[in-house]
Amino acid sequence: MTDRAYEIKLDIFEGPLDLLLYLIRKNEVDIYDIPIALITKQYMEYINVMKSLNLDLAGEYLVLAATLTHIKSRMLLPPSEDEEEEEAVDPREELVRQLLEYKTFKEAALGLGRMTILGRDVFSRDHAFEEEIEGNGRPLMEIGIFELVEAFRRISIDTGRHDIMEIDIEKISLSDRINDIVDELEKRGELTFADLLGEMDSRRRLIYTFLAVLELMKLRIIKAYQAVPYGTIRIRLAG
Amino acid sequence: MDNLKAVIEALVFVSDAPVTVAVIERILEDVSKKEISSALDDLMREYEVRSGGIFLKEVAGGYQFRTGEALTTWVLRLKGQKPMDLSPAAMETLAVVAYRQPVMKSEIERVRGVDVSGILRGLLEKNLVRIMGRKNVPGRPIIYGTTRKFLETFGLKALSDLPTLREFKELEG
Repeated sequence: MTDRAYEIKLDIFEGPLDLLLYLIRKNEVDIYDIPIALITKQYMEYINVMKSLNLDLAGEYLVLAATLTHIKSRMLLPPSEDEEEEEAVDPREELVRQLLEYKTFKEAALGLGRMTILGRDVFSRDHAFEEEIEGNGRPLMEIGIFELVEAFRRISIDTGRHDIMEIDIEKISLSDRINDIVDELEKRGELTFADLLGEMDSRRRLIYTFLAVLELMKLRIIKAYQAVPYGTIRIRLAG
Repeated sequence: MDNLKAVIEALVFVSDAPVTVAVIERILEDVSKKEISSALDDLMREYEVRSGGIFLKEVAGGYQFRTGEALTTWVLRLKGQKPMDLSPAAMETLAVVAYRQPVMKSEIERVRGVDVSGILRGLLEKNLVRIMGRKNVPGRPIIYGTTRKFLETFGLKALSDLPTLREFKELEG
């Protein structure tokens, strides 16, 4: 095989196990009885090509290279006395198990890809009018930190706040913000996430408010809800 | 309710996310779940028989109108979008999460043999994967699972609707 052929193949591997599966298929050998010397040799050739091409070689490829070399050396050695007693374990066993498991999921991934996928094969109505219709009987679902972080990211981008040359006159403490939020919730019952962050004029205040919300959620003092993904986030006191 | 089917059809039509029988029941008040389900079945059959540009489908625990297959080109042209595309690495990661959930990152990495941090973040952003919580072991690792959006995207009624790993194998031949 020429270097050119390697080059074409390289970026289609999803990792070292994928490369190994490819070599097993290419050589038409039995996955349960891998000719370890041959496969190791070819695997190393691929690794060396990757290195010579200065490709960013993921560490995982080297780990598997070491594993292969280790298995190869164990295959060459006569089984130790210990092993003979407990019916010598095939040094390839663990690797085969790992390969079969990976193969199963690789097939499952291809299978998922063949399904009818929304946004690729079929389409539903646009999700653009979410805000208007979301109150319409759809139950609110409690959401977690991740959705909040995502919403925070969107709000801080949306409002296009610039944090250049910000002079920090205002002294804000986290516990003050926590108390403010709880007070406000006791008064109004419910606040939207945008209500809370929208009024913020400085980035520092924005961040402190967000941290206060996270802290309150962690302490289970407040809960956040959403009717639809990316919809309005509503904050209420827990309990 | 004599126009039950029409009412339900309208409710599903105006909704973007799949509408559940429970939501319809709450809106209609005096109609039983059984009547609603049977009206939805009738509607699905009618669209199937008509075999036009849209179909009523049962997905992610609810009902949703979807375009027929093989109309992709035209719809995408209207929307000016590229089709939804997941890389093979993302698909493999998603498959491990779907079949092994609740699953830790280390477990996904063990199966795939590569680091999955970036890919997992991408799937979280696409809302196909979610954080289910933390496992009660030292280090409190995060555990991941799939979302409702995952079911919606792959046209599954529920997780139990996923083909078994064996079924995929058989298809592969």
